[in-house]
Amino acid sequence: MLGLNGKDFLAWLFVLFLVAAAPILLNPFPEGSAFAQFNAGYPDLMQRFVIFGIFAIGFNILFGLTGYLSFGHAAFLGAGSYAGVWMLKLLTINVIPAIIMSTLVAGLFSLAIGYISLRRSGIYFSILTLAFAQMSFALAASVLTPITGGETGLQTQLGDPRILDAAATGGNIPAPSLFGLEMGHSWKVSVGDWLWTFNAGYYLCAFIMLIAFYIAIRIFRSPFGMMLKAVKSNNQRLGYTGINPRPYTLAAFVISGMYAGLAGGLMVSMDPLAGAERMQWTASGEVVLMTILGGIGTLIGPVLGAGLIKYSENIFSKINDNLLHTWFSFMPDGVENFMVTIVHPFVGKGWHLTLGLMFMLVVIFLPGGLVGGLSGLYKRLFRRGSHAQ
Amino acid sequence: MGTALEVKGVNKRFGGLQALNDVNLNVEDGRIHAIIGPNGAGKSTLLNCFVGRLTPDSGSVLFHGKSLLGIQPHQINQAGVSRVFQTPEIFTELTVLENVMIPALAHRDGIFEFNALKPLRKETDIRKAAVDVLEDLGLGDKQEMTAASMSRGDKRRLEMAMGLVQQPKLLLLDEPTAGMSRADTNNTIDVLRHIGDSRGITMIIIEHDMHVVFSLADRISVLAQGTVIVEDVPENIKGNAKVQEAYLGGAH
Repeated sequence: MLGLNGKDFLAWLFVLFLVAAAPILLNPFPEGSAFAQFNAGYPDLMQRFVIFGIFAIGFNILFGLTGYLSFGHAAFLGAGSYAGVWMLKLLTINVIPAIIMSTLVAGLFSLAIGYISLRRSGIYFSILTLAFAQMSFALAASVLTPITGGETGLQTQLGDPRILDAAATGGNIPAPSLFGLEMGHSWKVSVGDWLWTFNAGYYLCAFIMLIAFYIAIRIFRSPFGMMLKAVKSNNQRLGYTGINPRPYTLAAFVISGMYAGLAGGLMVSMDPLAGAERMQWTASGEVVLMTILGGIGTLIGPVLGAGLIKYSENIFSKINDNLLHTWFSFMPDGVENFMVTIVHPFVGKGWHLTLGLMFMLVVIFLPGGLVGGLSGLYKRLFRRGSHAQ
Repeated sequence: MGTALEVKGVNKRFGGLQALNDVNLNVEDGRIHAIIGPNGAGKSTLLNCFVGRLTPDSGSVLFHGKSLLGIQPHQINQAGVSRVFQTPEIFTELTVLENVMIPALAHRDGIFEFNALKPLRKETDIRKAAVDVLEDLGLGDKQEMTAASMSRGDKRRLEMAMGLVQQPKLLLLDEPTAGMSRADTNNTIDVLRHIGDSRGITMIIIEHDMHVVFSLADRISVLAQGTVIVEDVPENIKGNAKVQEAYLGGAH
């Protein structure tokens, strides 16, 4: 189907189901219940799931297939964000031109950085990309202030020209929209104690993510994708086989840069504000974590990794001591306080500790990431089943 | 018959060691030329100079009149020179079939082809070419195996399949039968002879196994301490005193 083999098409359908039903699946607990805290089905977070999913899918095309570990991909996310906001400011508040321009600008930017960085491989390549990204971050935060808004960031304003739109008649700053449908618009459905929020912006992001995922599958299964795997396996041998590895790695770099730019464009389409910190090295490191956590070089891995990290970031970080006390209130006072003290460093501001532990466990015990671990488990169960017969 | 490969006055020095000393070699079109000699004579070093892995300090290497020096390995391969490595240099994480499809694609599409949305399974011609070569070499039933999980002998045959699938004008074989059983060796001799006869591929073979050398070679060069001491047809090499000395007494 759609030019995919059966297994890949099922994987795509699985992701289609997940993102389409996300507002319901992510809100398993009734409103007001003790576990409502763990509900993740609100628009802002769901948008982040799929946007960072796109970012990680693209990153995986470079890192997963060729093995080139870029530590500067946030620069392309940032470049895409700025390009997107400028389109929203100058051309129209419709998000389509912003999304397209974000992808193109990030593509050009990654062509320049990739062309230079790919002259080296291994750790030197990583350091070069890191250096470029930090340079971009520093420039965006200081001397490029007229273009980037400096430390306050770049955002849409009432007085922006927006030459394609009708002249503003005062009132509020227009919100990004898709042909008039505002990205912030939500339909709320209440079933019993459950509340589901279906958000326009989320479904736009999800739709684009499904296209991005589809393209990634096609790349994985193409002769081009096979060459990228060969680059990772034995770069030298490829040369003696008559292939020039350089244009292949550069193409992979630019494709992954465009995915990052697309993610940036979607971010500003949901919330038209771009800041320099989006380019910082921690943001570049985050997408590396997502890919490793989910499973390097697997199709679905990066999507799962992105979801897991964004979930932890938004859910664990909101758990505070008051909430902990209500959870452990059934215990005797001394034990309750003791439990709260134990759990406290892992939640709230300490959520990074949880993430770090999770990351360590995956790297040590599941070298193939979540997907590698799950498929290993499946194989073991399946094999045990066939032995029994 | 023209000259396929013309090597003139090639020198290569590694520190204090003169690895190649004024090496001259002429390989005629469509012939199988063997290079033999004791360990450390410089045989592999010489091959490395042909494929761009090493650059000679002086001398020239001409392939059909065009220099092979100072150009990239992939350009040398695209000119029609394929190499089969002594220690298998394969794509260990990929399947056997993919290992052979890569050189086949390189042969058809050149050094770079951006076919990112074309499904690999639609490359039926490439797949067929790869499967044919694998079957010729007795690897037909191992196509879907991961290359890393093959035996050493099978890896050597995979190496050869990767070279042969490109239908090169010149095939460089570095000890193609090392580590193979007698039966596999004989099979390899048959395959190489068949390919030499039917497709007229010029070959240079480095080999220790004299059975292989005398079964295949049209001409033999004997290399000792970086110099070609004798070059002749096989019948005259067997009884040559200089050759016997190089193998038996040359170490003094």
